[in-house]
Amino acid sequence: MTRPVAVVAFAQAASVRREDRRNEVEMLMPVVRDALGECGLTRADIGFFVSGSSDYLAGASFAFVHALDAVGAWPPIEESHVEMDGAWALYEAWVRLQLGDVDTALVYAFGKSSPGPLRELLALQLDPYLMAPLWPDAVSLAALQARMLLDSERVTEPDMAAVVARSRRNALGNPNAQLRGETAVEALLAEPYLVSPLRRHDCPPISDGAAVVVLAAGERTLRLGARPAWITGIDHRIEVHALGARDLTESPSTALAAKRAGVFEGHVDVAELHAPFSHQELILRDALQLDGHTTVNPSGGALAANPMMVAGLIRIGEAARRVMDGAASRAVAHATSGPCLQQNLVCVLEASANGSDGERGNA
Amino acid sequence: MPERCAVIGVGQTRHASKRIDVSIAGLVREAALAALADAGLGWADVDAVVIGKAPDMFEGVMMPELYLADALGSAGKPMLRVHTAGSVGGSTAIVAARLIMAGVHRRVLTVAFEKQSDSDAMWALTVRTPFQLPVVAGAGGYFAPIVRSYIERSGAPADVGIQVAVKDRLNALRNPHAHLRLADISANKVAESPMLWDPIRYLECCPSSDGACAMVLAAEDALTSPAAPPAWVVGTAMRSEPTMFAGRDEVNPLAGRECAADLYRQAGIRHPRREIDVAEVYVPFSWFEPMWMENLGFAAENDGWRMTVSGATAIDGDLPVNPSGGVLSSNPIGASGMLRFAEAAMQVRSQAGEHQIDGARTALGHAYGGGSQFFSMWLVSDRRP
Repeated sequence: MTRPVAVVAFAQAASVRREDRRNEVEMLMPVVRDALGECGLTRADIGFFVSGSSDYLAGASFAFVHALDAVGAWPPIEESHVEMDGAWALYEAWVRLQLGDVDTALVYAFGKSSPGPLRELLALQLDPYLMAPLWPDAVSLAALQARMLLDSERVTEPDMAAVVARSRRNALGNPNAQLRGETAVEALLAEPYLVSPLRRHDCPPISDGAAVVVLAAGERTLRLGARPAWITGIDHRIEVHALGARDLTESPSTALAAKRAGVFEGHVDVAELHAPFSHQELILRDALQLDGHTTVNPSGGALAANPMMVAGLIRIGEAARRVMDGAASRAVAHATSGPCLQQNLVCVLEASANGSDGERGNA
Repeated sequence: MPERCAVIGVGQTRHASKRIDVSIAGLVREAALAALADAGLGWADVDAVVIGKAPDMFEGVMMPELYLADALGSAGKPMLRVHTAGSVGGSTAIVAARLIMAGVHRRVLTVAFEKQSDSDAMWALTVRTPFQLPVVAGAGGYFAPIVRSYIERSGAPADVGIQVAVKDRLNALRNPHAHLRLADISANKVAESPMLWDPIRYLECCPSSDGACAMVLAAEDALTSPAAPPAWVVGTAMRSEPTMFAGRDEVNPLAGRECAADLYRQAGIRHPRREIDVAEVYVPFSWFEPMWMENLGFAAENDGWRMTVSGATAIDGDLPVNPSGGVLSSNPIGASGMLRFAEAAMQVRSQAGEHQIDGARTALGHAYGGGSQFFSMWLVSDRRP
């Protein structure tokens, strides 16, 4: 029997190309304050803290240690950290809340990609003996995936451009987005390739950012938010690392996580998908079986702002926000990690703790 | 109510300064296969994988769990990567245990490793970044002033650290996996070794090791018939405090005291010295044994050194500490905490061979990290809670 857990607050820093006036702690502090303010809690009320970040982005070991000052760890706190996107930190918090002795958790994520050469840096995620020494950069690997998808004839370049145009347009309503505006598909297709078949706009911006989500469980939840976004399903799966062993045109790990999280058991009003490259949104929509009746990435998604280690947690926050403000009764959030969608997390958020069909348990 | 969780498989590699016979994948697989064999299980029996290690720069691989998914049979499964500084091996095991306790999974494989020879930990610890205080002295330089403060406060004899260093290295001779096997270790030898960071001598320091540790954890209804009986997890706790804060006591950190108190409360322990039979405690520099004896409530403040001097922490003492040889004998950093947790489980499962403590029924696994600010601990027992 799963203990109902809900998102009761979400806050984020505006994503920017280069945050060079504030360090990670200074970026996080106002976000922590905003999130606690939204649900009326203080730091002392939080039972469990957990964060997601990457030392390699910060260019230093133990980058998360200093970030502890953003939440304040005195008197000492129960705290954990994943070297992953904050979406997986939220998963750890959800598990922690299942134990029943703690009712609230604060999840935070931060990442500044601006100080280093991100595109090349991500090559260090690859097999260190056989792949990384060749420095295949992240955009080139995504381009291989896009080429395979185009060759499968399930998708066209105008389909990819349409994803970009819609993302930038949706971002017009998102003050935290980095790239926004009205663009025509024809104009986008007239742009030159960056790494064929990807044009610059098919790729995510390089972003610095931070985000915080507060979770609550049990009776506590109802006192904290008029309309919490209940997590009625959450699951994540990883695929093999060797790119040659995968069919890059599909995302079986997303499909499996979605099934385990119960995505297919009801209508999805809103989906926030962590698709850093335009063609990846098309792969994910297939895996999640989303049709034209689902609003995809109303925030603009990762094509409008992509702070590494944060963008997945932002998807959960944005999806929860749509439920909390009444725009959706059932939303799906997705986060990804690794080259070409290697690892994926899927989370279902609903206005009712019992789920839309009133009887579903959790994976 | 959380579900019960038990350790049903334990494995570790041979630890050495350079394991150039294996890749990182080969290293973690060596530990994982040993744990699965101990549990009598195969890869398909594992529901999820939780992996931990210290900073990625120690190997030069960013988020290596992505690459290690293949070697650890993770495809199609959930995989989590924990990083909480030096306590990470312990907190990784706790995150894995909580997946069972929460009822999310029935069997979880947890792995921790470090392959320090692939990069340079000293470099990785001293990279200069904007806005942050550089340590530039490695861990020993950071901890030496804390040790000096402890000696001054407690009035401990100057050779307590030497006694710990000798004891743990003699214990390591009983552990076939240990990295340092110094058959000719003696108090004189330690005393005459170079003074690196006063009062920490060369032979009072942990080595730099390549190695990995793995455990299979299971829910009560998913126990197999492993080679040894299960070790029941009767308490798990984590606590953190800030690095830089004038109000903290780095000699006897509040986070450690509160972590231990939470752990004992969960397990119903009132007199830890009497009720715990053996402790595997994270002692990377010899003087941390007496310091942690106090922090863990085994001794009164300023009296921890008396346990070392009286022989209480020796393998035949009333509270044997680090019968495996401890971090002073094997230190694959990310795995060092999990080795403490795993050795505790081995003791209550009577699996520890020549370093087995007779009648060990309740055992403590302890890890700490950062500037003595991150703590993770668990208690295991041969009795079902």
